[in-house]
Amino acid sequence: MRSTEAKQMELVCPAGTPAALRAAAEAGADAIYCGLANETNARNFPGLNFSPEELADGVAFAHRKGSKVLVAINTFARAGDVDLWREAVDTAAQSGADAVIAADLAVLDHAASNHPDLRLHLSVQAAANTPEAIRFYADTFGVKRVVLPRVLSVPEIAALNKEINVETEVFVFGGLCVMTEGRCSLSSYATGKSPNLTGVCSPPEHVDYTEDADGRLLARLGGFTIDSFEAGQAAGYPTLCKGQFTAEGKTGYLFEDPVSLNAFELLGELSKAGVTALKIEGRQRGKAYIAGVVGAFRKAVDSLSDGGDPGPAIGALKAFSEGGRQTAGSYKKTWR
Amino acid sequence: MPDHSNIEIALGPCFFNWPADRLLDFYRGIAEEADIDRVYLGEVVCGKRMPFTDAIWPDVIEMLTKAGKQVVLSGLAQPVNKREREILRQQAGYDMPIEINDLSMVPGRAGLEFTAGPFLNVYNEASLRLLADRGATAWCPPVELPLVSIQKIAALVPEVDIELFAFGRLPLALSSRCYHARAHGLRKDACQFVCDRDPDGMNIATLDDRRFLATNGIQTLSDAVHVAGVTSGQLQATGIRRLRLSPHSVDMAKVAGSFRRFLDGDLTCDELNADLASQGLPGPVCNAYLAGDAGWKKATLPA
Repeated sequence: MRSTEAKQMELVCPAGTPAALRAAAEAGADAIYCGLANETNARNFPGLNFSPEELADGVAFAHRKGSKVLVAINTFARAGDVDLWREAVDTAAQSGADAVIAADLAVLDHAASNHPDLRLHLSVQAAANTPEAIRFYADTFGVKRVVLPRVLSVPEIAALNKEINVETEVFVFGGLCVMTEGRCSLSSYATGKSPNLTGVCSPPEHVDYTEDADGRLLARLGGFTIDSFEAGQAAGYPTLCKGQFTAEGKTGYLFEDPVSLNAFELLGELSKAGVTALKIEGRQRGKAYIAGVVGAFRKAVDSLSDGGDPGPAIGALKAFSEGGRQTAGSYKKTWR
Repeated sequence: MPDHSNIEIALGPCFFNWPADRLLDFYRGIAEEADIDRVYLGEVVCGKRMPFTDAIWPDVIEMLTKAGKQVVLSGLAQPVNKREREILRQQAGYDMPIEINDLSMVPGRAGLEFTAGPFLNVYNEASLRLLADRGATAWCPPVELPLVSIQKIAALVPEVDIELFAFGRLPLALSSRCYHARAHGLRKDACQFVCDRDPDGMNIATLDDRRFLATNGIQTLSDAVHVAGVTSGQLQATGIRRLRLSPHSVDMAKVAGSFRRFLDGDLTCDELNADLASQGLPGPVCNAYLAGDAGWKKATLPA
């Protein structure tokens, strides 16, 4: 049974497909976020995301299961084509979704002006991390919740929550942006594809693998060699900020090791810090992953409020991380 | 006299950790440079550096103003702690031109004029209009925005002066982590200010020794040096009124002079690129963001 205690943190789970949405709802997601199948959302990958009809069906299904649906329209609208983003907001409102997650001033303005009853969440892509910036969005557009960029430690999140009147949502599991979200053009510099504009980072069509003379597999992005793997070693995807580079005569993971985020052990502290919602990254993931991770987090969050043992849930989560290595990222100050 | 173009030249804020005396010398040279119309100054990358240069800015502002430059104070791009927020709050109230690089500063400006800096995510006409309604009178677009988009926005929001990032390593990313500290085995909280060792950023190469990026504390820049060799006529047709040159350790007065000759039609784009390359740039010339392509590439720009 899901606890209805007021202070229990909300579990916000990803869905890249209708199947993943159903899996997340059945695994106990309090809310599910998804996007439309175009460049209006920050996970614009082939074969992912929802048509307007799928979205409406998904919302109906989720509501029957007691889950909310949040629609991410969180890229920045292209000059001269802002209507595509405005129409996405209209589609989300018509679908009966519970909120829109947006970053662009133009998109927020359209939602606030034309859909005053539609709840607005500020996307992590807006990178609002000060009380002043958050109040700007709250006062200007009526934003009710902000998804925090991964620049703050847990004590800083606690201090922030004391200064603002909007809810905060934090990422706790999955892929980890090393750069401040929404303030990174590394992918467009190497490939021409901008995450902010097209919702794609380190796009697969710009990735290739070649073997060098020693049998090592070289992973390249936009023609730049981002990583290298010994023969027989599992080759990771060359995400730009998690590659190996050389600086000052030393070669290594200059920006970040190939780790994924797992802030599970900080859940208690995040709750005390006044965080409203916990977000799981992974709209590109399949339904088995979604069911497993959401189910584990559901148990973990419930045991946190029921005083149960979260140990088995933590163990289950470790199996879902890339390469098994995990970090609490910026939530611990020493990460910086 | 050649036909004098009315495209202005601005000097952007210095991204790097240059010591106070070097900055003083630098701006003394700029004050004497006739080709630069406007100067942005102040620390925009790392609030930890601010105490080292705080004291020089009043003198620098006075010196540049006396020399007839329009002086604009640039705000920190990623304020995090209370001290940095308080600095931005105070700066927002200053009775002088300011550039805003984080939306934190907009409410404090309370409708007074400001420049919307390249660190703000303004990618379309509607978001620029929203900032114009709150005081933005000038805008330097994010570096990845192509000319075709800038042209559309300029046509729809003509009341805002548009300034194109035209010279320098491209500011690509910000982080809460300091890569200078990490590369030196340190943490940000005890960084020893090692970023001061690299006046143009720390070079980053790929595994096959190809130069790629540069770090500057919490900032990541391109290795290549972006040069917007867009003719005066094309800039005017696009709606761009000013070029921004980002400070590097090369002779910036000479760089400004090269751009002025280019704008006046005395140099072709190729000649501008060659002229700048001969001045000892930290990386090769690039420009393809302007054409909507990968930023590191070199594209043929509309003449």
